[in-house]
Amino acid sequence: MKRILVVDDSAAIRKAIRRIIEPLGFTVDEAGDGQQALTYCAEWGSVDAILLDIDMPVMDGLTFLRQLRGLAGMPQPTVIMCTSHNTMNNIEEALALGANEYIMKPFDTDIISSKFQQLELM
Amino acid sequence: MTLPDDYRYLSELLNRSSGLYLGEGKEYLLESRLAPIAEQFDLPDVAALVRRMREGKDPLLAQAAVEAMTTQETLFFRDTSPFKALKEHIVPALLPARRAAHQKLRIWSAACSTGQEPYSIAMLLATLTPAVLPGEVEIVATDYSPKALVRAKAGLYSQFEVQRGLPAQLLVRFFQQTPAGFRIADEVRKYVTFREQNLLLSYGLLGSFDVIFCRNVLIYFDRPVKRDVFDRLAAALTPTGFLLLGAAETPYGVSDRLVRAACQYPGIYVRAPASARASLGMAEGALVA
Repeated sequence: MKRILVVDDSAAIRKAIRRIIEPLGFTVDEAGDGQQALTYCAEWGSVDAILLDIDMPVMDGLTFLRQLRGLAGMPQPTVIMCTSHNTMNNIEEALALGANEYIMKPFDTDIISSKFQQLELM
Repeated sequence: MTLPDDYRYLSELLNRSSGLYLGEGKEYLLESRLAPIAEQFDLPDVAALVRRMREGKDPLLAQAAVEAMTTQETLFFRDTSPFKALKEHIVPALLPARRAAHQKLRIWSAACSTGQEPYSIAMLLATLTPAVLPGEVEIVATDYSPKALVRAKAGLYSQFEVQRGLPAQLLVRFFQQTPAGFRIADEVRKYVTFREQNLLLSYGLLGSFDVIFCRNVLIYFDRPVKRDVFDRLAAALTPTGFLLLGAAETPYGVSDRLVRAACQYPGIYVRAPASARASLGMAEGALVA
């Protein structure tokens, strides 16, 4: 079963995403900020995909993404930004840093499953 | 709730005007599609809307109701497989001969609804290496609904719509963000010509096509209409052309004018050779009618 890490400082958003993707057949883990996500990756090695918010305390999503993509010797997961930063500049910046896809909040089940299909996660 | 008699009336109207076959038990669909129309025309509910339609005095109301029932929600790059086939098999098979003859590759997006399919085809062609240029291809996009075509031509999509099927890389490359939504770039728009076309009526004015996308429409037609449409789509294909159908659609057992294309991709059909049709007991020559 594929493993997805949901990184968002809002427990309500993490729960909403979990409710959408668990029934699609994924194992879901959670982290509340970029630092927790880095610790998770160091412990787990890697995951199949990360759903990543941008605005978070301690370490924001783009800083985490930059550090993640700089990690040598680790299989690189697919990263899907999931954020309310909804301008074209935001999207371009995230793609340039190595994000694979971008979800603008608010999202729904169709958007998440459509992105997962595009990326051949399901 | 829609009464059985109202449901029958709406089903027949839909079948007569657009060929769509609703079948049994789609009351929920009519309710959800028609309730906003009832509200728009200041009617208390769908039953009142049907009463007004039966009086036959308001053609605008009837048109709005039929459009609401027929407009399909579409997404960009729906199903991915037909677009992969277009990129990897169809364009390489057909474009060199068209280029050599200084002719355009002609693609028909039949029942294009609000434009996601023809714009997806255009974006795919623009991102091939080397790119297929607007002058080398003509994408004719048609729909039964004038309202859907207005939206398609405007090329303006909501934040929800641009996130369904459209890769973020293509969003930033081919769309402009405006206060009203995300607008498709002119460089994509100029690949596509939009026209009104009812699939039940003659395609004669459209000419012949190298590729026809007619996806997820025929599932709503009853068998005789399906056969007629399949036969006429076959006639609208060039001898080397390809017809791309939706995953749940097949001409098998309905029309003998189309056969599976010899390629690895599902849902792709070509004109049946005359010899194959003759061996099935069909008249020679009918194929090119």
